[in-house]
Amino acid sequence: MDFSYTALIPLIPLAVFLLLGMNYTRIKPAVSGWIGSLGLLVTLLLSYYTAYQYFFVVGKVGEVYQTFTEHWRWMTFTDTLYIDMGVMIDQISVMMLVVVSTISFMVHLYSRGYMKGDGGYTKFFAFLSLFTFSMMGLVLAVNLFQIYIFWELVGVSSFLLIGYYYTKPSAVSAAKKAFIVTRFADLGFLIGILIIGYYGGSFDFVTLVDPEGSAIANWASTSFMGLSVITWGLILIFMGGAGKSAMFPLHIWLPDAMEGPTPVSALIHAATMVVAGVYLVARLFPMYYFVESGYALNLVAWVGAFSALFAAVIALTQNDIKRVLAYSTMSQIGYMMLALGVSGYEGHDGLGYMSSMFHLFTHAMFKGLLFLAAGSIIHAVHSNYLKDMGSLRKYMPVTHITFLIAALSISGFPGFAGFFSKDEILVAAYEHNPFIYLIGLLVAGMTAFYMFRIYFGIFWGEDRKYEHTPHESPVSMTFPLVFLAAMSILTGYIPFSSLVTADHMPFEAHLNYPLAGLAVGVGLIGIGLAYLLYKKPSDLPERVSKGFGNLYTWAYHKFYFDELYLFITKEIIFKRISAPFAWFDRNVVDGTMNLIGNSTVAGSKGIRKLQSGRLQDYAFAFIAGAVILAMLFIYNWII
Amino acid sequence: MIEGISIYEILTLTSILFFIGVYGFLTRKNLITMLLSIELILNASAINFVVINTYLYPENLQGVYFSVFMVAIAAAETALAVAIIINLYKLITSVEVKDTEIMKY
Repeated sequence: MDFSYTALIPLIPLAVFLLLGMNYTRIKPAVSGWIGSLGLLVTLLLSYYTAYQYFFVVGKVGEVYQTFTEHWRWMTFTDTLYIDMGVMIDQISVMMLVVVSTISFMVHLYSRGYMKGDGGYTKFFAFLSLFTFSMMGLVLAVNLFQIYIFWELVGVSSFLLIGYYYTKPSAVSAAKKAFIVTRFADLGFLIGILIIGYYGGSFDFVTLVDPEGSAIANWASTSFMGLSVITWGLILIFMGGAGKSAMFPLHIWLPDAMEGPTPVSALIHAATMVVAGVYLVARLFPMYYFVESGYALNLVAWVGAFSALFAAVIALTQNDIKRVLAYSTMSQIGYMMLALGVSGYEGHDGLGYMSSMFHLFTHAMFKGLLFLAAGSIIHAVHSNYLKDMGSLRKYMPVTHITFLIAALSISGFPGFAGFFSKDEILVAAYEHNPFIYLIGLLVAGMTAFYMFRIYFGIFWGEDRKYEHTPHESPVSMTFPLVFLAAMSILTGYIPFSSLVTADHMPFEAHLNYPLAGLAVGVGLIGIGLAYLLYKKPSDLPERVSKGFGNLYTWAYHKFYFDELYLFITKEIIFKRISAPFAWFDRNVVDGTMNLIGNSTVAGSKGIRKLQSGRLQDYAFAFIAGAVILAMLFIYNWII
Repeated sequence: MIEGISIYEILTLTSILFFIGVYGFLTRKNLITMLLSIELILNASAINFVVINTYLYPENLQGVYFSVFMVAIAAAETALAVAIIINLYKLITSVEVKDTEIMKY
């Protein structure tokens, strides 16, 4: 089967980006919205066609899903070390095609309503297309270099879109923060790529992840500081993934990224770009699993588990609904990382891998929906803060119902998509490490609590007097909500274990009823607590938060991580390291150069006295010279 | 060939004439007299051409022709120099050398 047409999937949004980007003053907003959406529609159809072809027609030979690649040689270093551009069609890339194109198309439709009347409407659609191009290229990448190139491109698109309201200082600084933090993480990624390329002998995914291939088989050949160099490479690559996926020490950019327009938060900072780190680990999963018996993979599990818990605690206390959703995203991505970390490779052992991808899929749907619904609410009340909302169920029925569906789904309520994927994750964690399982269970309860905290706060709670009566959003905005709400239920019934697996072979996954029941119970406790505290206005929440004392204050201030990083960069790096360097540069390096320049100037000041401007001085010099030369001539050759 | 006068005497004369011109060129303060000094230098060398031709290579005439060329070129050059001096005078109402230092550095 020839899958080379899939190269069109990223190229069509690129064409749309160029078209809109180069003519953005000339194309009318109404037209550009249509161009962007139609371009995406083509991409969407191609992605769905690819998925159908791959999963149901040609993908499976016998019991094994095949990997199809198309290469176009780009740079050659040696016979075995070269860089291709190309497309790679396998289970996870096809799955990601579906996720990215679906969410992106919905966000395009939604933005036509949400961004209506905005001055930079065409520019916005151009950036969305640029992002879709980059993300598709990332998903389809055949080797580490291609993924790195598109990795940076999604970073750039994210930067452009976070800073879309570039007249707002907070948006500008948020964009810079996101770019700098992820760039810092990508430094690790790049070093990791070079290590893997050098010691693994290839950049190609197909060669690298082959369990019998040389990269995995020879991992023990070179070691550094007690670990295999390949493990170091994988840890550094995970650092890049952690930066983009907002994992624990590198998470600080994600909440600030909510300064961007809400559809952008839905597309980039909830559903697609932030799961790129998960995708990267999944892409290299056999390496993580086999090299040094999964040392790096264990790190992934613990970082994921800690991030999930950490973000959930912060999400409990935030008052800006988009920030709650941002921390929730971080927490759910932690879940996916955790699931990858506890996964095995063959058959049913690969449950964690499968459930991670499953959760990625369902999470994209319901978290995208939550953000779009939040955008609809913000559109109606012109505020991000819970204190400005309440009783909105009367004014916005569609938003209310769809938000409720998404909240139930993320809380793992039985029958909704989140229930199925989360259950699989918890089962995988339980089989691997009970402690991680307990963290997962705790996070599940907290997730239910904070989701329903904002749900009750927005749609129930106090009956407010609004300056402008809030009204339901236009159809262009509610249609994506309804579609994604349907997806938030239906995607749970996809038999993922027969489609996406670690060893490319389908297996049977069953619901584990005791564990599922426990998770649902914890979720219900969370929902119930939220109901008691926030359904009716009371001072109970305040008393409870007082009861937690310092812990509440710390969580409310995000455990002071922003302040800590500012302290490290400003007080330690800038003052103790950069300032001496700057002094050396200014005084020693610049001083030497200035000395040379100044002495030239001083010398020329003395010399220019010779240029008196008097004609006769010059004539005298000339004649004197001629006479001296003549006398020398006579003295040497004639006498 | 002039009877009774040797080439040395004439060349001594032209050398004196030449250095009078150089001395005048270096010391006069007025552009016009400097121009006159240049004419002296030119005349000294023109006489040299003629004399050397006549005394050393009497069968050729190149030296004589050259002196005719020099007269013509000297005339043209003088015309140019006078034109420059007149324009300078219009600009600064002076033909003194010390007033023409504005173009230094």
